[in-house]
Amino acid sequence: MTDPTSPGPADKQPAGPGPSKTGAATAVPPEAIKAIPVRHPWRWVSAAVVLALLGLLVYAFANAKIEWGDVPEYLFSDRVVEAAGNTLLITVLAMLLGVVLGIVLAIMRLSDNPVTSAFANLYIWFFRGTPVLLQLLLWYNLGLVFQTLNLGPLYKNEMTDVMTPFVAALLGLGLNEAAYMAEIVRAGIQSVDEGQTEASHALGMSRGRTMRRIVLPQAMRVIVPPTGNEFINMLKTSSLAMVIQYTELTFVANEISATNLNPMEMYIVVAVWYLAMTSVFSVVQYYIERHYAKGSVRQLPLTPMQKLRRNIFSGPRMKGTR
Amino acid sequence: MTAMVTAEGVHKSFGPTHVLKGIDLEVAPREVFCLVGPSGSGKSTFLRCINHLEKINAGRLYVDGHLVGYRQQGNKLYELKDKEVAAQRKDIGMVFQRFNLFPHMTALENVMEAPVQVKRESKATARERAKRLLDRVGLADKASGYPTQLSGGQQQRVAIARALAMEPKLMLFDEPTSALDPELVGEVLDVMRDLAQSGMTMIVVTHEMGFAREVGDALVFMDDGAVVESGHPRDVLTNPQHQRTKAFLSKVL
Ligand SMILES: Nc1ncnc2c1ncn2[C@@H]1O[C@H](COP(=O)(O)OP(=O)(O)OP(=O)(O)O)[C@@H](O)[C@H]1O
Ligand SMILES: [Mg+2]
Repeated sequence: MTDPTSPGPADKQPAGPGPSKTGAATAVPPEAIKAIPVRHPWRWVSAAVVLALLGLLVYAFANAKIEWGDVPEYLFSDRVVEAAGNTLLITVLAMLLGVVLGIVLAIMRLSDNPVTSAFANLYIWFFRGTPVLLQLLLWYNLGLVFQTLNLGPLYKNEMTDVMTPFVAALLGLGLNEAAYMAEIVRAGIQSVDEGQTEASHALGMSRGRTMRRIVLPQAMRVIVPPTGNEFINMLKTSSLAMVIQYTELTFVANEISATNLNPMEMYIVVAVWYLAMTSVFSVVQYYIERHYAKGSVRQLPLTPMQKLRRNIFSGPRMKGTR
Repeated sequence: MTAMVTAEGVHKSFGPTHVLKGIDLEVAPREVFCLVGPSGSGKSTFLRCINHLEKINAGRLYVDGHLVGYRQQGNKLYELKDKEVAAQRKDIGMVFQRFNLFPHMTALENVMEAPVQVKRESKATARERAKRLLDRVGLADKASGYPTQLSGGQQQRVAIARALAMEPKLMLFDEPTSALDPELVGEVLDVMRDLAQSGMTMIVVTHEMGFAREVGDALVFMDDGAVVESGHPRDVLTNPQHQRTKAFLSKVL
C-alpha cells in the first residue's frame, strides 16, 4: 500500500537526476501541446503502388473476353435464384443437423461413461479424418452396397429412392459438420470456470439446470464465433454437393454454361451470390456475438446503427479539437 | 437443542492424499464458528464436505439433524440422488474466496436466480427480496451492474446476498476476504458482522483473527487434516495451548 500522505505520482518517477518537484506542476495550468505531426511518406508510396496494381487489374478485366452482359442477365434468372435458395437451404439444414448432433456428441464425449465417450471419439476421428467430398460420394452411392433401407415396421424403401441428391448432401455435409461442432461445443463447455458449477450447485441447482442456466450461456461466448465461421464455410463447402447432382449454385453454373458456352460469366454470377450471402451473414454474426458478450466486457461495443445515431445527435466533432 | 452441524470422525482422501483425518466437531445454532489453520490443512475441503461438494470417505456429517448426502436405512447407507442432494444444499449458503458470481447476469439477476429456478418463486417476489438483500449489503445502486463492473468487495457482498436469497439456515464462508485488496476487506466483514448479529449460524474459514476474536463464538485450529485445538476465540487466540497453534498464530497475528 502507498503511504496516503505522499503524493501519488512520486513513486512512479524515474530515479535519474533532476526529477521535477512534485506539487509544482499542479500550480500552473498545463500548456497545450502544439507539435508538428510525424510525416509518413511511405504510406503515400505504398498506397500509390496498391492503387496502380488495382488499376491494372481493372484494365485487364475490362479488356478481357468477358460477356459482361451475361452477368445481370443470369444473376436473377429463375434457375440461378432457385439454386441460391437450394444452397441456403442445404447450408441451414446441414448446420442444424451439425449443431444438434454436435451438442449430443460433446456431452457424450464429456460423460463419465467410457462407452459413450469412446463412441464419440471414434465418430469424430472418422468424420474429421476423411475428405467431405469423399463422404458425399459414399452417401450418394450407398445404394450400391445396401439395396434396401429397412427400418423394420417403421420404414422400408429402395435405397436409390431414399438417397436422393438432397438427402445425400444433407447427410454428407451435416454429419461431417457434427464432428467439428462437437469439438467446438466441448471447448465451450470446458472454458467455463469450475467455480461456476460449484456456486450453482451450492445454491441448490441440479446438474441439468446448472448446465442450462449457468454453463451453456457462458459457453456460448466461446461457441458462437467459431459456429458463425462454420456457417460461412458451409455456405461455400455446400458447392461440393454438385458432384452428387444436387442443384445448388455451382452445379447450376456448370449446367447453364454447358448450353450458353460462357462458363466464366456463370462463375462470376455465382461468385456474386456467394459473396452476397457470406456478407449478409457476417453482419448477422456480429450482432449474435455481441449478444453473447454480455457480462464479459465492461462496455459492449456500439452497433453501427448506434454509432451513426450518436454521431448525428452529438453534433459535429472536429478532429484535433480539444 | 440439536446442533446445526455435527461431524463425527470425518475422513476424506483425494486418491492417495489423506486430507481429513477424523474431524469431530459441533456447531450450535446461531453460532459463529471460525475455522483457522495453515494452508493445505483441509479447511476448504471440510467446508465443501458440509454441503456435499465433496464426498466423505468415512465418518458421519449431519446438518440440522440430517445426514449429508446419504440416507440411512438400518445400517445401510444409500447415496442420495442428484435432486435430493440439491434439495439439501438449498438450506446451506456458501460464499467463495473467488466470489464465483455468474458473469452473464446482473447483480440483481444473480441474487434472483436460485429462488426462481430452485424454489419456483415468482419473478416479482424474487426481485423484491433481491432488492431488499442488495440494499442490506449496501449495494442497492449496483443492482443492474454486471460482476465485471463491480469491485472485489462489491462482488463478494453480492455473493453474500445471493446466498442469503435462499434463506439458508447455515452459511459457509471460505476465506471470503482473502482475494480482496486490504482496503476492501472491511466492507465485507461489516456485512458478515451484521449477519452474525441477526442470528445466522455461520462457519467461517478466515485469516482475519480480529474478526474471529470480535464476532466468533467458537474457534477451531486445524492442522494436517485434524483438529488441534478448539475453544472460545478469545482463549485460543490469546492463550494457545499447543505448540503448533502458537507457531501458526505467531505468524498471522
Ligand atoms: N480436488 C482435489 N484433488 C486432489 N487434492 C486436493 C483436492 N482438493 C484439495 N486437495 C488437497 O487437499 C489438501 C487440503 O486442501 P484444502 O484446500 O482443503 O486446504 P485449505 O486448508 O483450505 O488451504 P488454504 O488455506 O490454502 O485454502 C491440499 O493438500 C490439497 O492439495
Ligand atoms: Mg482453502
